[in-house]
Amino acid sequence: MRTGPEANEMKERYASDILAEFFRRMTLVREFELRAIEERRGGLIPGFIHSCVGQEATAVGACMALSQEDVITSTHRGHGHLIGKGGDPKYMMAELAARSPGYCNGRGGSLHIADFTLGILGANGIVGGGLPMATGAALGFQMRKEKRVALAFFGDGATNEGSFHEAANQAGVWKLPVIFFLENNLYGEGTAMYRCTPIEDLAIRAQGYGFPGVIVDGMDVVAVYEAVRDARERAINGEGPTFIEAKTYRYRGHYEGDPQVYRTPEEIKEWQRKDAIVRFRAKLLDSGLFDDGDLEEIQGSVIEQLDNAVAFAASAEKPAVEDALAGVYADTHNGLVF
Amino acid sequence: MRKMTYSEAIREAMVEEMRANPSVFLMGEDVGVFDGVWGVSNGMLAEFGHERVRDTAISEINIIGSGLGAALVGMRPIVEIMFGDFLMCAGDQLVNQVAKARFMSGGKANVPLTIRVTTGAPGSSGAQHSQSPESWFMNVPGLKIVTPATPADAKGLLKTALRGEDPVLFFEHKMLYGLTGEVPEDPEFMVPFAEASVVREGKDVTIIGVGIMVQKALTAARTLSGQGVDAEVIDPRTLVPLDKDTLIKSVAKTGRVIIVHEAHRRSGPGAEISAMLAEEAIEYLDGPIIRIGAMNVPLPYNPELENHVLPNENDIVQAAMKLCGKV
Repeated sequence: MRTGPEANEMKERYASDILAEFFRRMTLVREFELRAIEERRGGLIPGFIHSCVGQEATAVGACMALSQEDVITSTHRGHGHLIGKGGDPKYMMAELAARSPGYCNGRGGSLHIADFTLGILGANGIVGGGLPMATGAALGFQMRKEKRVALAFFGDGATNEGSFHEAANQAGVWKLPVIFFLENNLYGEGTAMYRCTPIEDLAIRAQGYGFPGVIVDGMDVVAVYEAVRDARERAINGEGPTFIEAKTYRYRGHYEGDPQVYRTPEEIKEWQRKDAIVRFRAKLLDSGLFDDGDLEEIQGSVIEQLDNAVAFAASAEKPAVEDALAGVYADTHNGLVF
Repeated sequence: MRKMTYSEAIREAMVEEMRANPSVFLMGEDVGVFDGVWGVSNGMLAEFGHERVRDTAISEINIIGSGLGAALVGMRPIVEIMFGDFLMCAGDQLVNQVAKARFMSGGKANVPLTIRVTTGAPGSSGAQHSQSPESWFMNVPGLKIVTPATPADAKGLLKTALRGEDPVLFFEHKMLYGLTGEVPEDPEFMVPFAEASVVREGKDVTIIGVGIMVQKALTAARTLSGQGVDAEVIDPRTLVPLDKDTLIKSVAKTGRVIIVHEAHRRSGPGAEISAMLAEEAIEYLDGPIIRIGAMNVPLPYNPELENHVLPNENDIVQAAMKLCGKV
């Protein structure tokens, strides 16, 4: 398993502004999720929330290794990916609250947030649904000879979907600039991976498609960043796809309200001891580049940003019911498509 | 005017658009080296190379899903699904991803994706290679559904699909590929969506045909004229969007309507069209709305059984005679 550098080594490799940004984005992801859960309880958010608390390092590490022009496809547990790729919590919160200024004008919701200007091709309500899409985006980049990559986020459950096999196979054949980024959190909804998948390390599946499979510590943001950075380099050099399996864990249920009968509180606690934010925070302090005050300031700015996001969402205009018919087609042929 | 086959007309539309726009490309099973299992892409690999005429794995999920992904980053893919029956392999991508991408993103996703797919029974091909699945997708908002019946319409409608910004399911009937007809030479010749074609004018009964049934309705109309029934034949050309006005005007004139398609009768395209006419044109009708389609059984392999199950010219003649009080 690929791991990240220790504090001293980290300090050698990375400028302090990048390290601060890792910390800020991971904190933003976690606090966004906790805030969204709170706001759902409070009634601002009508839909389900599939939080990624615990998986901040995979989302942030992977996205920070991409360029602005690269694209991602995301999953039902996608808030971290969207924030990682530069999504604005204000418009995300407004979308969760089903308001007009939300990323999808309140028509998509948590599962369908997209922003094409940021290269976010969309979260997805279907397990494995985004994998062929990423392959196709990579095909477009390859055909136009652009130095861009597509990164598909997916979970362990998706590796048992046909879409995974078909997308990986075709990407392998055409050596497409695509990164298959697996967040292996050990559970596909309410079923433990070992009960539905006969192997432990899913990265070995890459061999069947003719490209490398890499296992990385998904609780270490720098390890994830470096793995994706290398995969991106391979991709834009025409060497084809890479399958990255990041070992991670979600602390909360599949959705908020999930009774979680399929795992023990001890198991959750065990993973929380490896918490990505806590560990990274300690490393930042060890490095001597930051003190407590610096990091508290970052945390404070995140909380303030989320306060503003919630206030924005709560006061944002709701779509008019007539808007339900908008945006289905580019051309409605005077409404005859309806 | 010059004549060409339905198959050649489709190819010409693709070739012209690919010459004009480097973002347009074709991918699917056997479309390149094999020249397309139906021969539609014959010669295209030689002109455009493997880069733009791409043989894919037998992977319908990925063919349609990567068509969507390429479209989202600015390409204009044409993907070919060899048999309409195989669309079911890619059900999620087509129904949950392609059709809904624009809507779910608040109207921001642009999906200029044309999915060319064959439809209908080519004869003794059995239950998994003979279906007419058009209406399955009429219940999926976000898709446009096109059913050309002539070479000119095939070319003109495909050009419209390729220049549009919405996903289109383009149903090519296998038994029409060899049909010859006049096709305008003008490379800007296009047939707009939502404009039905009055293929034959008549005053006694309206026959609305879908796809290959337009040709069969025309044959039936000639037989009927010898029996003193003057039939009007209408081709909607696009099922979504549907040109309701032309259909209603015809029914207002004739007072009688028969809808005929090769798809199964139950919940076929005729179900939607007849419901629309019942809602919007019932005052013009002098008799029941008649639907003719394949019987509600999987298509049999045995030729006699298959012919029994599929609708034909005689079914249309009989229905029209009865509706017009001639029998």
